[in-house]
Formats: sequence, C-alpha cells, structure tokens
Amino acid sequence: MSEVKQMVKELANQYGRSNESLLPILQGIVTKELHISEEAMIEVARELDMSAAQVYGTATFYSFLDTRPTGKYVIRVCKTITCMMHGKNQIIRELENLLKIRLGETTHDGVFTLLETNCLGQCHKGPAMLINELPFTELTPEKVRKIIIEYRNREISAN
Amino acid sequence: MSKKNLKRLDLIFKNEFDTEAILAKTLVRSHDEIINDLISSGLKGRGGAGFPTGLKWKLTADNPGDEKYVICNADEGEPGTFKDREILSSVPHKVLAGMAVCAKIIGAKKGFIYLRGEYKFLVPELNKILDEFHALLDKLDLAFRVAIFLGSGAYICGEESALFESMEGKRGEPRNKPPFPAQKGYKNMPTVINNVETLAHTYSIFKYGPEKFRDLGVKDSRGSKVFSVSGDTPIPGIYELEFGMTLQKFVDDFGDGDAKAVQVGGASGFCVPRKKFSKTVIGYQGKLTGVSLPTGGSMMIFNSSRSMYNVLHNYLDFFVEESCGQCTPCRVGTQQLLLGVEAVKKGEKPSSYLDKLLDLAETMRITAKCGLGQSVANSFSSIVENFREEMIY
Amino acid sequence: MSEKINLRIDNIAVSVTEGTTILDAAKKINIRIPTLCYHEDLCVAGNCRVCMVEQVGSDRLLPSCAMPVAEGMEILTNSLKVRNARKKIIELLVSEHRAECTTCYKNGKCELQELSSEYIVGEDGFIDLIPFKDYTIDLFSPSIIKDDSKCIRCQRCIRTCAELQSVSALTVSHKGDQMKVTSFFEKPMYEVVCTNCGQCVNRCPTGALTERTYIDHVWAAINDDRKHVVVQTAPAVRIALGEALGMPPGEIVTGKMVAALRRLGFDSVLDTNFTADLTIIEEGNELLQRLKKVLVDKDESVKLPMTTSCSPGWVKFIEHVFPEFLEHVSTAKSPQQMFGALAKTFYAERIDADPAEMVSVSVMPCTAKKFEADRPEMRSSGYKDVDYVLTTRELALMIKQAGIDFTSLPDDDYDSIMGVSSGAAVIFGATGGVMEAALRTAYEVVTGREVPFENLNIEPVRGMDNVREATIKIENPLPDWAFLDGVELKTCVAHGLSNAKKVMEAVRAGAADYHFIEIMACPGGCLGGGGQPIPTSPEIREKRSEAIYLEDELKVIRKSHENPEIVMIYEKFLKEPLGHKSHELLHTHYKGRSRY
Repeated sequence: MSEVKQMVKELANQYGRSNESLLPILQGIVTKELHISEEAMIEVARELDMSAAQVYGTATFYSFLDTRPTGKYVIRVCKTITCMMHGKNQIIRELENLLKIRLGETTHDGVFTLLETNCLGQCHKGPAMLINELPFTELTPEKVRKIIIEYRNREISAN
Repeated sequence: MSKKNLKRLDLIFKNEFDTEAILAKTLVRSHDEIINDLISSGLKGRGGAGFPTGLKWKLTADNPGDEKYVICNADEGEPGTFKDREILSSVPHKVLAGMAVCAKIIGAKKGFIYLRGEYKFLVPELNKILDEFHALLDKLDLAFRVAIFLGSGAYICGEESALFESMEGKRGEPRNKPPFPAQKGYKNMPTVINNVETLAHTYSIFKYGPEKFRDLGVKDSRGSKVFSVSGDTPIPGIYELEFGMTLQKFVDDFGDGDAKAVQVGGASGFCVPRKKFSKTVIGYQGKLTGVSLPTGGSMMIFNSSRSMYNVLHNYLDFFVEESCGQCTPCRVGTQQLLLGVEAVKKGEKPSSYLDKLLDLAETMRITAKCGLGQSVANSFSSIVENFREEMIY
Repeated sequence: MSEKINLRIDNIAVSVTEGTTILDAAKKINIRIPTLCYHEDLCVAGNCRVCMVEQVGSDRLLPSCAMPVAEGMEILTNSLKVRNARKKIIELLVSEHRAECTTCYKNGKCELQELSSEYIVGEDGFIDLIPFKDYTIDLFSPSIIKDDSKCIRCQRCIRTCAELQSVSALTVSHKGDQMKVTSFFEKPMYEVVCTNCGQCVNRCPTGALTERTYIDHVWAAINDDRKHVVVQTAPAVRIALGEALGMPPGEIVTGKMVAALRRLGFDSVLDTNFTADLTIIEEGNELLQRLKKVLVDKDESVKLPMTTSCSPGWVKFIEHVFPEFLEHVSTAKSPQQMFGALAKTFYAERIDADPAEMVSVSVMPCTAKKFEADRPEMRSSGYKDVDYVLTTRELALMIKQAGIDFTSLPDDDYDSIMGVSSGAAVIFGATGGVMEAALRTAYEVVTGREVPFENLNIEPVRGMDNVREATIKIENPLPDWAFLDGVELKTCVAHGLSNAKKVMEAVRAGAADYHFIEIMACPGGCLGGGGQPIPTSPEIREKRSEAIYLEDELKVIRKSHENPEIVMIYEKFLKEPLGHKSHELLHTHYKGRSRY
C-alpha cells in the first residue's frame, strides 16, 4: 500500500467515512502533507465512496486546503482593511526580500511559502500573519526579520 | 486623547467560576421558564442579524426531529471582528453552559463549535476545557457532548446554512430558505445555531435573571454588546458597551480626534461619515437605515488621512474572493462593482457609471441568495454616496 | 391530504396544494416566469436569480423556483422592480459570458440569448469580464465540447451528472470570481469518469456544453464522388427529429427523414433498426446460452444476470464503476456497431462497393455513440466500422443547411437490404424496449408460442418508472429447451444511470436474482438521449414514447426473428446466431477503467 493510501486510510479510520468526515480528513492531509495531492484526493474519494470531482470541488472551496504543493511553513499575511492600513504591504515587501521570493511563491529549499489571506481576526493588532496555524501580530519589519530567522534556525538545527 | 464617556461593562468577560452552580440551578427549571426568561430579556442574536434568541430555541424545540443539534457559530470572519476569539479564549465555559442548556431544551445530544480555521491555534486549549466541561455534564447527568469542527478559510461559512453544508463535507454554499435551521439545519435536522457572544449572554441571563439584562440598552436593543474596535484609534481592542449609544459618543471615546468615517458592522456593514455621527444610534431599533445600525460589533474608524476609495476597493476585493460564487448577483455583481470603481477612478468610465453601480448594488441587495450578497450593497452604497468625490478624483 | 393554499399572482387568484412553488403556481394560470438554472428534471438550485418575483409588502424579491407559496401571498411577476432587477441579472450573466453569438454553435438555441433579446440587453451593459478570465475550451472528447467562456454557472450540468446519472464527472470548483464548473483537477472530460451520455448537453442553457459536431466531415464525404456514403438511423431519431424542425413532440417522421437523407445525398439510406433486430437474435441467443450453461452445465465461469450492451453510456459507466461486472454485459455489439461492421463487409459485397471507399455515417439520439464509434475495438471490418456519428440535432441542422422544407417532404422508404425492420426494433428507442423485443423473440424460440401478452405488448416493462421488474414463467418449452420448463425468467429494466447504479448495487449485494437486465444510460432510454432535440422534459419524453409504441403497433412485422432480411442474412452470410461470423463481426469485449 502506498504511503498516501495508508495515510488516508488512517485518517478515515480516525474521522469516519461519512460525508461529515470529509473536511476533517482533508485538513488532516494538509497537516501531514502540507497540500492535498491528486493521489490523496482519489484515496479520499475511494474511502468515502464519493466522486473524485466532488472531493476536488469541496477542497478548492477552502483557502486553507492547498491543492498545489507548498513549503513546510506557509506564511499568510492578512490583506484586509485594518492590516492594510497599518502597513501590510511593508511586511510583505520585507518577507519577499528576506525569503527571496514573490508573493505566491515557495522558497527553492521548500521551506517557506508566502501568501496573502483575508481577515485573520486580529484587526486590533495589525498587521498580522499566520505561519501555518500560529498567529503573529503587530508586525514590523524588524519583528518579521526576527521571526523568520528563528524559523530558519529551527530548520537548520532540525537537519 | 480619548475620553471615557461611555460606560464600560463587564458582564461577559468577568470570570466567575460558578458554572457548575449556574448550570445546576438552570437545568432543573422548566423549559418554558427558561425560554420565557430569554424572550423577556430581549436578547437578540449577536452575529449581526439580530433574531430573538429565546424564540429561536423555542421554534427548534417545537419542531420534530430524530436528532437535533446545537451549534456555536465561531466562524468569525467579518473584517474588523475579533470579539468571539476573545470570548472563547477567556470565558469559554459561559458559551458551553449556554449550549448545554439549549441542548436540554431542544433535546440535542450533540453540539459543535464551528471554529474558523484562522483560529486553529485555540484548539488545544479548547479541547482541554471541553474535557473538563464534559466531566461536569456527567456530574449533572446531562447527556450532551460538544465537539470542535474546524473551518478551513471561507468567510461565507459564517452564514448559517453554508456552515451546515461545510460540516456536511460540501462546499460552503448557502441554502435556499425556507426551510430555516429551526426546521432543517445540520443534516436536515432541527438545529439551533447561535453566535459565540449570544451564547455567552445567555449565561448572564441564567445567572442574574432577565431583568438585569433588560435594564441595559434601549428599546428593541437590550443588553450589552461586545465591540471590536480597530482602525485609526489609539486604543484598538475589545469593549463591552451598552446598546443605544450615538456614534458621536463612540468616536469621542475611541477616535483619534480626526475620525472622518466609521464602518459599522464590518465590510458588510455601513459606512457612516462624520456629519452623521451624532444622528446614528447603534442598536437594532427601527429599520436598517442610516439612523440606527445593528452590528456584529465591528467598529472600524478611519481618519482623514485615509482614502475611502482604497477602503472600498479593499472591501470589494474581499467580497470578490469570498463570495461562494453560486448566485449571479453576488458572484458577478461583486466583480462588476470592483472593476466599475476601478474604471471610474482611472477615467475609463464616466462618473455617472457610479449611478449604474449603485443601481446594481440595490439589485444585489434585493436578489442575492444570502446575507453576504445582500449586504455588499451596504458598504458600497454608503461609501459611494457619502464619499463620491473620492471615488472619482 | 395536503391543504390548498390561496394566493394572488399578478392579481389573478390561484389555489394550489401546499408546497407548490410560486413558479409552478404561476404556470398553472399561464404566467411564464423566465428561468435559467431551473430545470424540470432536476432539484431546485435557486442560484441564477432570474426568476425573482415581488411579494407585495416585502422589501427583497423572492426566487419563484425555490419559494413555496403561502396563504394570502400577493405576488407580482412583472412589476417595475422585478423587471429592473431581472434585466440587471441578465446583464450580469451576459457580462461573464463570451457573448460572441453569431459564431456560437448554439446561436439561436441559447436560453441566455433569448432572455437577453427579450429584455433588450444593450451595449450599455456592464464591463465584459471575459478578458479578465482564464478559461479553457476542452476539445479532447470525441463526444462533448466544454467551453468555460460560455458557462453561466447555473449548474444544471452538475446536477444532471450527479442526480440523474450519479456519475459526478462535473463539479463546481473554487469560489468567488474563480468559481467554475469543471472536473477532477480540471482534467479534460476525456480523461475522467464522463460516460459521454450528453445529458448535460441536453440541459445546458448556453453553448458551454455542446456535442462535437462532424457535420462538415459528412458533407465532405457526400461531396466526394469516389465515396459511397452509407447512412443508418437509430430508432429514436425518427420520433424526435421533427421537434428540431419546427414540429411538436411526438410526431413520427420516418418517411420524411428518409426522403431528406436521400436529398442530402447519402448513397444508401439504411436503418439501424435492422441491426436492432439482429441484436435481438444475437443477444437473445446469448441469454439462452448463458441460461443453459448456468442451469444445465453448472458452468461457474458464465455470469448471470446478463445486462444489455446497446447503450454506450451504460457500457462506459459499468467499465468505470462496476468493472468487476464486465462479464455480465452481453458481448453483443450495439446496433450501431453491428451495422457498421456489416456495412463495410456484407453490404459492400452485396452492392459491389470497395469498403475502403465507403463512408459509414450514423444518425443517433446520442453523444456517447461518437465515443463508441471511436473505440479501437470497433474496426471488425478492417476499417473504422462507423466513420462519423451525427446526433439528431446535427441531422436537423444539415437538413436546414440544405434548404429542405422538411414538413412538406413526401414519405420515402429505406433502401434494401439492411433497411427492413420489425416493430421490435423501433421500441429499442424507449426504456424497456430492448427487453420487450428480446422477450418477444426468446419466449417464442423456447416455447414455439408468442409471448402471453395481449397484442404482444409487454406492458410491465413499459413506462417511465425508474426501475421495473417483470417475471415470465416458461411452461411447456420445445424439447431443446426442456431445462427451462417451469423456470421463472426474472427481468429488470432501468433507465438513467442513477437507477442503473441502484440495480447493480442490489445485484452486487446479492439482493436481486435477475436473469436479464436492460439498462439505458439516459432517462426514458434513447428517446431521451443526449443527442436528441433540446429541450427535454418528462412531458416531451412521454410524447416521444407514445410515438415509438405507435410506430411499433403500425408495423406488420412485430418480432425481430420474423424480419425477412434477418432470416436472409443468417441464410446467406452469418449462418447461425453466435456463429463464427457473428463472433468476428457482431460481438465485442470491454475493458475496466478507473472510477476516479
């Protein structure tokens, strides 16, 4: 059994095989694999006895269920009004410079993906961003530098 | 400096450590008594739509169904709103107690907190609290369990029927109404779906009785309200205030002294210009005109350095992406509004094109399938009408 | 008993049963409310918002297709407010639609175009969104072309694919301005579970889903003097073609169709009905042989129930969804492909034509037949057995192009040979027809007597119920078939792939002990096929069905085995059913495909 098949089977065992299990399973795949591949979607369709197209239709509806490969850390910078007012463009510029990528891209080592996202619910502490699920608020270019260096160091020591 | 005219309340966030006593006291009361208390308290839904909570519970209790559900709507996605996150972080037991009482009344064995994906970091702590809470329910002999259902980044799932669809493994597309959730909600069963804040308020009502709640606020808008204050303010944050204040008083307290507009109710709410501050009352009373405004509690303040064109552009950009896309007025209308204001700004369309867009916004308001599409017109029309020059030059 | 609800629509009082929608209530008093996403065959979506109406006293408009009536309602379907809103909605739809109407295949047959013309959508509309969009035009399928730039996202196709066909090859993906109708990972239709049934094409209001047309290829062949162009016409074409040429549903136009085909310049005008009769002989004998092998020889490698194989949508469906049941499918080719194989062998020989210079065209009520003709195994004659498949709609277009006044054409007869057929063949066009035709023959082969139904009409397998069952007890068979004495032959008929799926799931679960199952991919059978005139509705399909059974009644020969040309082809060419020649030309095999 392929690794993906095994993973999806385990998730289905954990969350069940009803329609209601679909979102938790897809979220589980993203947690493990960072994105939902074609193969994974087919396995989900098989486990839940639904059409692959339906799985694709649901997955692509949700911004956090990436269907394209992403880096290990997905950075989502809030672009909604108050974060914009408080300088999110400056934050993005800083991140682009630090990571040497543009918005929407992944670093060549596959560690970071830089995205924009809609309101994170941190409007009183903007600009804000998520790295995977962790929020970072009241960002300044200096603060962003520190955060990225910390993540980089963590990667280095992990390897 | 900001003044402090408005009374700051502390009903919601006061941590009282008496969940067990309040629940024990409430669960033994008759269902009618509890519902009557809720109705007479005047509590209305705090998500923005303002449906009377007691009535919602009563209707769901009266509708037959093999299973019933209580769902706490924590898909707080409206730009400028962040109060529900704070309530769930600091006083989750109040929300859970509200769900438990509701479950007993309507006959639900299962409840869910639909938590937006952006708040996933709250899950570990919430799960711990749920374990404690379930132990308490066992002690009180109430067969009810609450689970967290995590969203995955879709604003529209805050719309209740879209939320059900999402939980059912589908795209979060709003359903046709009728039927309403009280008749056919999650899995087509009678369902109570309440906003986080609403449920937290029920706790105060169980504890202090309906009168204390009723005494706060004004006619048709009773109780306190948690406001999320952001934008051009020296003191952004979460504040519990009384309904019925004028926007002027609010701006005096929270503005930076240069407020030119306040967006009340988030991107789907209304933009009020400075000259209307003193005439605008925050509350549910009357119709949805510029005079009184219901709100999910989002208050975004803009000072005179801000371009209202940029503000509107940001909102429209948001709606273009976050529309579920199923109904024509919302899917295509939002794109047309965005491209339309861009074209006017660039001089590619005459300024009179704004009138065609205002007309379109009105059509969206009366024809869109759900609250999102209907309410795009709120911000669009109020900004374009009040700041027309900024749209053109 | 449900209660009556009283309301007023445009100041006309109407009383309807509880639960009726405003749209249906208005229909009852002959008020037409325009619709786009609504379709009688499908569940209500309520997403196009074209059918909005005003309720007096209420601020927002109501979607009449989704809103049930309420006592005392006062509805206005044509107030200023309604008209303005409706026009805006149509303008919005036009703005996201590549409205290049004059170059569109659906020009003149597009529901959006019609509404846009009715509401005088002018040039002062909204900004054209098409230049801002990435869209794909999928040209890879031999059956269906999908053009996203024409899609107005009404989702009729998606509901068709899911509800009627339980295929779900189509889905909505993404949201907001990115929302689109697509397939798994946006692959071409050719690569996904699409059965090519074309039911989506039948229900698409615009040119977003159309059949792939081969009209120009056929004209080129006709105009090429070296080519001998043979045309065959499927049973269900003759009762529907008229609709596409201005006639009401349910007209039998066999004679006019033959005359028109001749006028178009086809060299031989022949009938698929002939091979429908042939199918009955082959498939009926296959069934009897399978029964013998299972009941007498106890041969476990032989599978029952046997299912029909004439519907190419069904065949592709079973290949995708129930590949473990492929041995249950009759190996008999569909009438189209039997015809194709014989045209370039038997027929070519008889008319002394070079099969290399022969072009074989079929006119089908079907889009899946285009795919079927393209299958690599369909070259038994040594050439592509069927070169081009036209739908009923394409034939109608050719007749128009040729300037033929169809309604005034005199009736004409098919050429012979391969032009004579029985009533049993024509009912292939209706759900249950293959079963009825097979029973008329098989029962008589086994017992020497006619089927015990009045006037040969086997009513239990007729009609439009989703799944129908019939049991025929065999008594006093001829000596050869003594093993069938007392056997109750259990049959089942299903139409629409959702119903087919239910039947097959019952078979898989061991909950059904049928011997023979007829399945047609399309609702109503071929008469409701994906190549038939648009629109389709239960009422239209009912009319077509009546015409088919009438055509059967009017035939002198009602049983396939009594067709003299069938008798002749066995004598002169095939020798015997399931014989060597038959296996070479008339039978095929299937292949398992991925379900995802």
